[in-house]
Amino acid sequence: MHPTTHAFPENARRALSDERLQRVLATAGIGFIERRRKAAERLPEFEELRDRGRDIKNHVLENLDLYLERFEEAVVGQGGHVHWCATAVDARDAILSICRSVDAKTVTKGKSMIAEEIGINDHLEAAGLTPVETDLGEYIIQLRKEPPSHIIAPAMHLSKKDVADTFRAVHTELPPDRVLEEPTVLIAEARGVLRRRFQQADVGITGANLMVAETGSTVIVTNEGNGDLTQTLPRVHIVLATVEKIVPTLEDAQTVLRLLARSATGQEASAYTTFSTGPRRPEDADGPEQFHVVILDNGRTALLGTEFQEVLRCIRCGACMNHCPVYGAVGGHAYGWVYPGPIGAVMQPALLGLAEARHLPNASTFCGRCEAVCPMRIPLPKMMRHWRETEFAERLTPPAMRRGLALWAWFARRPALYHHAAGLAVRALRLLGGGKGRFARLPLANGWTAHRDLPAPQGRTFQQLWAERQRNGR
Amino acid sequence: MSGRDAILGGIRAALGRKTDDLARRATVEERLTRHPRGLVPARGQIPPAEQVELFTTMAREAACTVQPLAALEEVPAAVADYLAGLNLPAELRVAPDPGLDAIPWHARPTLTVSRGPARDADAVSVTGAFAGVAETGTLMLASGPGHPTTLNFLPDTHIVVLRRDRVTGTYEDAWDRLRAELGDVPRTVNFVTGPSRTGDIEQTIQLGAHGPRRLHILLVGG
Repeated sequence: MHPTTHAFPENARRALSDERLQRVLATAGIGFIERRRKAAERLPEFEELRDRGRDIKNHVLENLDLYLERFEEAVVGQGGHVHWCATAVDARDAILSICRSVDAKTVTKGKSMIAEEIGINDHLEAAGLTPVETDLGEYIIQLRKEPPSHIIAPAMHLSKKDVADTFRAVHTELPPDRVLEEPTVLIAEARGVLRRRFQQADVGITGANLMVAETGSTVIVTNEGNGDLTQTLPRVHIVLATVEKIVPTLEDAQTVLRLLARSATGQEASAYTTFSTGPRRPEDADGPEQFHVVILDNGRTALLGTEFQEVLRCIRCGACMNHCPVYGAVGGHAYGWVYPGPIGAVMQPALLGLAEARHLPNASTFCGRCEAVCPMRIPLPKMMRHWRETEFAERLTPPAMRRGLALWAWFARRPALYHHAAGLAVRALRLLGGGKGRFARLPLANGWTAHRDLPAPQGRTFQQLWAERQRNGR
Repeated sequence: MSGRDAILGGIRAALGRKTDDLARRATVEERLTRHPRGLVPARGQIPPAEQVELFTTMAREAACTVQPLAALEEVPAAVADYLAGLNLPAELRVAPDPGLDAIPWHARPTLTVSRGPARDADAVSVTGAFAGVAETGTLMLASGPGHPTTLNFLPDTHIVVLRRDRVTGTYEDAWDRLRAELGDVPRTVNFVTGPSRTGDIEQTIQLGAHGPRRLHILLVGG
């Protein structure tokens, strides 16, 4: 998927003036917040589980090499194969060569953000294979040739009418005059079409929410059951996972799983949590004959030992974007690549480079809601601040902004002068604001005044008010 | 350099570690061998009778139907009545599970019974369950010769025969039981909480996306 992250300001402006998208965004996100809150409140241990989850992942990251080795050992011990891939290119090649080794034609896919990250569908298609997304939301956007707009609700930006129009245009083998009003009818149609695809598939690709070092198991969490049909029916099951998805034991997996569903959808448990270990056993009547785990790095281990190490605790629940006012205003596509919202604002500069993604860490009010709800307690605002600092240090910030920041910094390093100048400016602004007490336009402030009035300061600076309060003993 | 060396070497360099870091290795080995429990919610740490009650409540909340039965002899009538009540065909694909052998299917001649993994046309499956987890009303289904995984996903209606003494309080209890009874982890362990569902169209939950639309649990035992 070709990133348009560098165009975030234009993408965002377009999203804000897209009435259809704004209607969808206004209603879509609210349920997530309320459901998460209720689920968290219902489990008295929830906050402490967040600490435990954070600690497990920190322990794993400090010993990542050893846990990966033990995971590999366990997978091989069960008759599976592990493919180590440093880059997206390596992972695409590994997957294609597994597909070719069994002469695969149709490849079904469970939902995987990493598959989006490495663009596996385009790669398989270019090689003459037919990849079929089976998660309903992913299937819909694959038919529409669109990227996902949310990591757990990929078709969140679409209405049921959009889905009906898409199905009518693509499912041409069905009667053109059929009624497609209700979601139940749309779901039944997709189920019918995809059942045939499941039967045809030679290879099934899933992601992994977790890898368990103790047993060599990979874990997927779904509600539809598509990931299970994807990995049970074909001859070959390929798991695509990144290095940081590992946990030590089944007990550790359980701690993370208790956080995941509640943070993502507010469910006590997702409908299906599946542990897959090796290929089918000789006595089994079904299941895949081959089990491959493609372990991808793609820039993640480069974050170890840096100020961004903690972002590798992420379990991709989506809570940060569900609670983000910026995401809620512009939706996922504006972010221009695979990971939107606050996690995207930290991950995309790491994976795409700051030159491409520098706008994202700036698209935040630092309200802190993302960190407040993150099940793994990732300090996302702090990391966005790190990216802003790096951006400035690497001189990627535009010249006008650099000059403004330099001027401000010059004053900020001279407190007496700063207080004096600020006092003067505030008094001048009060006079200029006059009777209305607000500005409809002001030089240098059109970023604010283009959308709303700027309230005029009331004559004293924050520092002056603070000093006065301290004197009065309040 | 192989991908393996590049990744593992990169990690060690970034963390400032060496391969022969014995203390670190010992910590990791101990954790994997002892697999200590984390924080287990108090909700599931209750006496067995209450576990069954909690399991039932939570499973119903997840849109399962739960029917208590005194003994396996009652299963055929319960299944026949359940299917008739929903106008569903009385054709069953039953798991080749020795634990289900004592069910006298012939007592209800209207039921057509075949055994084996699910085929695409099968509308109703009947399986056992390795355990029930009270904490969230979840079934733990372990693959094996007696329990083909396709039975859990292909048919529209999944009927599960769960013995009361297979209900555990927490996930950790269920895993301990699996380690003790099976030793090795089977190819597939499905934790199933309610029927298949999706919220992908306008964030409204609808049942029956790819897996079963109905999950009916027969809770057997006095």
